[in-house]
Amino acid sequence: MTRFILRIAVFLLLALPARAQDAFTGALPGLAGGFGEIAASVERLGSLGDPRALPVLRALQDGTLRKAADGRLLVPQGTGFVDAATGQPADAAGAEAVRLNNRVRQALRGALGRLQLVSPDAAERGAAAEAIFRSRGADDVPLLQAAIRREAVPEVRAKMELALAAAQLVASDESAKREAVARLGAAGTVEARALLLEARATNPGMATAIDVSIASIDRTLSFRRAAETLFQGLSLGSVLLLAALGLAVTFGVMGVINMAHGEFVMLGAYATYMVQEFCRGVPWLAPWSLLLSVPAAFLVTAACGAALERGLIRHLYGRPLETLLMTFGVGMILQQAVRLAFGAQNREVISPAWMQGTLTLPGGIAVTQNRLWIIVFGLIVLALVFAAIRLTRFGLEMRAVVQNRRIAATMGIRTGRVDAMTFAFGSGLAGLAGVALSQIDNVSPNLGTGYIIDSFMVVVFGGVGSLAGTLVGAMTLGVVNKVLEPWAGAVLAKVFVLVAIMLFIQRRPKGLFALKGRAAES
Amino acid sequence: MSATLASPAPAGTGRLTIRLVLLGAVLLLALLPALNRLPADSALHVSDFIVSITGKWITYAILALAIDLAWGYAGILSLGHGAFFALGGYAIGMHLMRLIGPRGVYGHPTLPDFMVFLGYKDLPWYWLGFEHFPYAILMAMAVPGALAAVVGYLAFRSRITGVYLSIITQAMTYALMLAFFRNDMGFGGNNGFTDFKELLGMPLNTANARAALFYASLALLVASVLICARITRSKLGRVLVAIRDAESRVRFLGYDVTRHKLFVFVLSAMLAGLAGALYVPQVGIINPGEFSPGNSIEAVIWVAVGGRGTLVGALLGAFSVNALKTWLTTVAPDLWLFALGGLFVAVTLFLPRGLVGLFSKTTT
Repeated sequence: MTRFILRIAVFLLLALPARAQDAFTGALPGLAGGFGEIAASVERLGSLGDPRALPVLRALQDGTLRKAADGRLLVPQGTGFVDAATGQPADAAGAEAVRLNNRVRQALRGALGRLQLVSPDAAERGAAAEAIFRSRGADDVPLLQAAIRREAVPEVRAKMELALAAAQLVASDESAKREAVARLGAAGTVEARALLLEARATNPGMATAIDVSIASIDRTLSFRRAAETLFQGLSLGSVLLLAALGLAVTFGVMGVINMAHGEFVMLGAYATYMVQEFCRGVPWLAPWSLLLSVPAAFLVTAACGAALERGLIRHLYGRPLETLLMTFGVGMILQQAVRLAFGAQNREVISPAWMQGTLTLPGGIAVTQNRLWIIVFGLIVLALVFAAIRLTRFGLEMRAVVQNRRIAATMGIRTGRVDAMTFAFGSGLAGLAGVALSQIDNVSPNLGTGYIIDSFMVVVFGGVGSLAGTLVGAMTLGVVNKVLEPWAGAVLAKVFVLVAIMLFIQRRPKGLFALKGRAAES
Repeated sequence: MSATLASPAPAGTGRLTIRLVLLGAVLLLALLPALNRLPADSALHVSDFIVSITGKWITYAILALAIDLAWGYAGILSLGHGAFFALGGYAIGMHLMRLIGPRGVYGHPTLPDFMVFLGYKDLPWYWLGFEHFPYAILMAMAVPGALAAVVGYLAFRSRITGVYLSIITQAMTYALMLAFFRNDMGFGGNNGFTDFKELLGMPLNTANARAALFYASLALLVASVLICARITRSKLGRVLVAIRDAESRVRFLGYDVTRHKLFVFVLSAMLAGLAGALYVPQVGIINPGEFSPGNSIEAVIWVAVGGRGTLVGALLGAFSVNALKTWLTTVAPDLWLFALGGLFVAVTLFLPRGLVGLFSKTTT
C-alpha cells in the first residue's frame, strides 16, 4: 500500500514540471511575433510560474534575446547561446535581437516580478513575496497559491502566505476575504495591521471581523514588546549580575570594599582581547579563543586580586574608608597603565559565529544571540560560585574565617591564605564579567567605571552577603531599567533607579535578603 | 573606626604656631594680585597665570575644608561633594548667562544661546530670578544645602554610615552628572555654560576682575576657616568627634545623632556650593564633567594628604596636591594619574594622619 502511494507521489512529482513545460514551450513562439503577440506571450509566461521562463524574460528585458531565422528563440548563456525551448546549445549566427516597445516593457516588469516567486534563490523569492504584499492585486492569488505549494523554506513561505492574504483582501471573493482577514490577524505584524486598517475603510461590511483581527494583532504586538523588554532587562541584569558577583564575594562576604573592581572587569576584557590576538596566529585555536579566554581572564584577574590583597589591602583591615580610598587609587593606576600599554582607543573583540546574529523565538520575539549567551553564562557562573562557597573545602574555610577569624585560626585554618584566596576568587569573577562585557561593550581602559556604581547598587539592594539577593537585585535592576527606558529615556531611567534604591534602603537598610541572626551582628 | 586619629585641635604652643603660619600664608596670598600689577620686568612680578591658578586653588581649599568638616570631624565620608561644588557653580553660571543678555551669538534679548539653539520660547521657570546677583548667591548655597538635607536626612535617619554612605553619595553625583548631560534639563547639556561677559558690572578676564575674584575667594576662605574652627572647638564639635569615633555610644547617651550629622553635612554642602560659585567665574566655564565621581574623590584625597580632622591639613592638602598636579600635567601628563593613584595608596598606608601628622610628630 505505502509503495503504491509512493509510486503515485513520484509520478505526480515528475508529471508536474513536465506539464508546466508543455505550457511553457507553447507560450514561447509568441515572442517571435509582433509587439502585441510578444506582450501577450510575456503575460502568459509570467502567470505560468515556471522557473524556465525567468532567463528568457530577463534576456528579453536586457535586449539579448535572439530570434533565429527558423523562429527558434536563443538565450545567451556564458559565452554562447542556448535554445530557449530545449536548453540545447545553439548557433546564433544570423539571428536578430527581439525588440521591445513600451507595452512589452510594462508587461515584462509585472511578469518578472511575479516570476521571481519561483526563482531558485530563496532571498529573491522572499523579496518577490514582499513586493507582491506591497503592490497586491487580485490576479496574484493563483500565482501565490501555486508558489506556496512549492515553497520549502518556512520564512519565505510565511511571507508568501502574508502576501496571499493581502492579495485576497482586494479580491472580490467574500469568503476568501474573511479568510485573509483572519490570517492577517494571526500574522501579528505592523504591516498586517496597516493593511487591515486600510481594508476597513473600503469594506464597511467586514468592519467587525477586521476589528477583531486588529485587536488580536495589537495583543500580539504588545506581548512581543513586553517579552523583548523583559529579555533586554534580563540581559542587562545578567551583565550586572556578573559584575556584582565578584563584589558579593569581596564586599559581601569579606567586607572589603574594592573600588578597583571595575578595573578588574576591564582587565578581564583585555585578557580576552590578548587571547584572541594570540589565537589569531594559531589557526586551529582561533574558533576556541573565547572559551580559552574564560580561564585566562579568571587567572589574570585572580592573580592581580591576590597581589592586591596580600600587598596592600590586608594592612587596612578594619578601616573600610581607607580601603575604599586606597583601592580607588589602585584602580586609577591600573586604568592609566592599561591606557599607556594599549592606547586609549577601543580594542575590538570579535564574537564567534555562534554568538552572532539574532534568534527569532516562536511568537516573533527577536533576541540577539550574544545577549542570550551572556544570560546563560551569568547563570552558570552564579551556580559555580554557589557551589564553590557551599560545597568545597575552600568555601567552608572561607565562611569559617568570616564568621569567627580567631576560632577558625585555632582550628588550624591559615586565615591569611584564606583571605588572599577569597579576594582572588572575587577578583577572578570580575575577570569573567570582563569576558562577557567584551562581547557587548567597547573594550577600553574605562570599561569598568560605567558598571562599578551599578554593581555596588546591586549588592546593597540585594543584601550584603547574600547570593540570592545579588541574583534578584541584579535582575530587578536590569528589568526595571529597561522597562523605564522607553518613556523616561536611558539616562533618566538610571536616575530613577538610583533614587528608588535610596528610598528602598529607607525601608530595608540591610537590603532585600538581609542576613539574620549572628551573621548580621558583625 | 578611626581611634588612631589625633585629637582635632593641637593644644598650647602648637595652636599658636598654626595661627601664625596661617596668618602669614593669608598675607602672602593677599600680596599676589598686587605683585601682578608690578611691571613685567620686575623681579617680584607675578604672572597672570599664577594669580588665576592660585585663585582657583583657594576655591579648592574651601571645598577641601568643607569635606574635612564632614569627614574629619563627623566621620561622614562623602564622595559627592563635587556635586555640591558643581551645583554652586551652575547657580552662578546661570546668573552669568543671564548677564550676557543680547550679546550672545543669536542676539536674543533674554534667552541664552543654547536655549535659542534648542528652540526654547521662554525662560524655564527655574531660571527666573537668576538675573539678580544676591539671588544667585543664595541659590548657590540653598540648592546644595537642600540636596544635602534630603540625601542626608534619608541616609542618616536609617543609619547608613561608613562606606554605604560613600557609595550613596557617589551614586548621587553620578546621577546628577547623567542628568546634567541631558539637553532638555535646560542647563546647556554637554557644553554647559561658557562665554561669560561680566559679573557685577565688571568685565571678566581683566586684571581687575581677577584680583576682585581672588580677594573674594580669599575672604571666603578666611571666613570659612574661622567658622569651621569655631564649630569644631565648640561643644557641638566635640559631639561630632564623638559621633565619628563611637556613633552608637553617643546615641545611647541621649544625643540626637541624626540632627548633628545633618547639620554638619548641610553646612559642608553649602560651603562647597559657595566655593563652586567663586570657582566658575574664575575659570569661565561650567559643564557636567564637574559632577564626575572622580572629581569628588580627588577632593577627598586632598584632605587625606593634608591630614583630616585638622582643618589646616585640608588647606595644605588642597594646595600641595594641586601644585603637584599643575607641575606634573605640564612636565609628564601621562604620569599624573599614576601619581594621584600612588598618593591614594601611600597616604592611606603610610600617612594616615597626612602631612600635618608628619609635622606634629616631629615638633612634639
